[in-house]
Amino acid sequence: MPEREQVRKPAPSRDEVEVAEAPSRSETGEKIKAELDDLLDEIDEVLETNAEEFVKSYIQKGGE
Amino acid sequence: MAIRKIVGIETEYGIVVRGTDESNPIAASSTLINAYLASIAPNRSGRAERVDWDFEDESPGTDARGILESHGALAPEVETHLVNAVLTNGARYYVDHAHPELSTPECGDALSVVRFDRAAELILRRSMDAARTSLPPGQEIVVYKNNSDRKGNSYGCHENYLVDRLVPFGRIVTHITPHFITRQVFTGSGKVGSEAPGVTTDEVPFQLTQRADFFEEEVGLETTLKRPIVNTRDEPHADPQKYRRLHVIVGDANMAQLATFLKVGTTAIVLSMIEDDWIDRETRFANPVQALRQVSYDLTLRRALPLADGTTTTTALEVQWYLLERAQRYAETHGLESVGEACGKQILLRWEEVLVDLEADPTRLADRLDWPAKLQLVLRYRERDGLSWDHPQLAALDLQYHDMRAARSLSERLGLERLVDDADATRGIDEPPDDTRAYFRGTCLRLWPESIVAANWDSMVFDVGEDPLRRVPMMEPSRGTRAHVGSLLERCQSPAELFEQLGASDR
Repeated sequence: MPEREQVRKPAPSRDEVEVAEAPSRSETGEKIKAELDDLLDEIDEVLETNAEEFVKSYIQKGGE
Repeated sequence: MAIRKIVGIETEYGIVVRGTDESNPIAASSTLINAYLASIAPNRSGRAERVDWDFEDESPGTDARGILESHGALAPEVETHLVNAVLTNGARYYVDHAHPELSTPECGDALSVVRFDRAAELILRRSMDAARTSLPPGQEIVVYKNNSDRKGNSYGCHENYLVDRLVPFGRIVTHITPHFITRQVFTGSGKVGSEAPGVTTDEVPFQLTQRADFFEEEVGLETTLKRPIVNTRDEPHADPQKYRRLHVIVGDANMAQLATFLKVGTTAIVLSMIEDDWIDRETRFANPVQALRQVSYDLTLRRALPLADGTTTTTALEVQWYLLERAQRYAETHGLESVGEACGKQILLRWEEVLVDLEADPTRLADRLDWPAKLQLVLRYRERDGLSWDHPQLAALDLQYHDMRAARSLSERLGLERLVDDADATRGIDEPPDDTRAYFRGTCLRLWPESIVAANWDSMVFDVGEDPLRRVPMMEPSRGTRAHVGSLLERCQSPAELFEQLGASDR
């Protein structure tokens, strides 16, 4: 099957580098979640007051 | 060997006037930019001492395939009547269609692009502040760094890369297309829902990118209709015998600096590998346009994408792993001089780190990349308030993520990783990069604004007094750097003296 060539596993080297380069990153996901709950309250303060009206009136012309 | 990948990005911002029902986006964009220009250099009459853009060499209708579009496609138009200024950092700040747009100066590497992109954000922020005083009480201009209004209207964040003219354009198309389709896994800014016709919120509640919904062709000249994955605009703004400028329209505008860094950095490396004919596998998707959307719609990043042979498939991450491994080998055999040696090493490390995390759990990247950050924010809100996916509150969060006002910007609140600190970016508001011709443009503009009649990417026109106007061609983007002309510009007391010196040495 030619499929083996396309769907091959990435080289093993990256696992080594993962350990070497990003040891502190693994916990960041959980940490962010906890912080985000606090952050939501803070964000509530600055959110557009009428979401529906805000979304409806956000109209742009095409660009580029 | 691959030539130096000099890069710049041009961002169109969404614009809204609050506090009035009647607003014209072109007028609002002009007010915004004029207010900024007046605030940085007011003369005695209160008008900005402004240097205008020179349209002498603009020809956006030229096609890289060597043919002119003839099946009803329209060449882009150059609008010459709207506000259009050159800044002392070498950037161009102007009204494009109905948006304020800022093109960064030409940058020597991806980190420099991040710095000048952040400087651009700060310029927009100052512009909003400056405009407040010129509007009636209760009105406010607000800009958004996103790419769609969620109603089917899109505006772009375009990248530009200097490419060797000798490289056949077909080879670029073959190998850059799979990168553009699969890099979305880290370049996407995220979007709640879809704007593609007939696609429901049930099918696509959230997608990786802002832009994938709007692409309909594989290759083409258009930027506003029937947008192509590979844009063929052939307008190098440099010596056309030696260079191309690959004009990339498929990317999102990013709030996350790491996303901008990797978007530009990986693409510069892939282009270098293409120039050196180092990519040894053709990844041909059965349907590239469909694949672009499939990648954007697939939050698992594991969707099997059909290849053109009709039997095999691949995934976005597999293509990215292949390109990364090829790039790591390339770094060993060729070096990374073309993308800046130190910056290139950093690109490879961060590219790998991101692929590892995307594969394990994209949530990990919520502190570094846009779509995971936005998705997590939206999910937490949805959970807390029990909202359905089509609730306007989620769409509002999506838009407000890109709000450029410091106090209102949700991406700013999330505290994403910064690669460039704001003190450094703030210097980039006024000072050009050292290592491209933008140094010459920006420095002349700072020293002699009253003598410069006009400027554009590849030339400047001076009025030096009695003589006819003098045009200085700048056809080499890597010349005119601080190393080349820094001491010369410091020595000269006037443009006339500069021309004397240039005449003595260069001609």
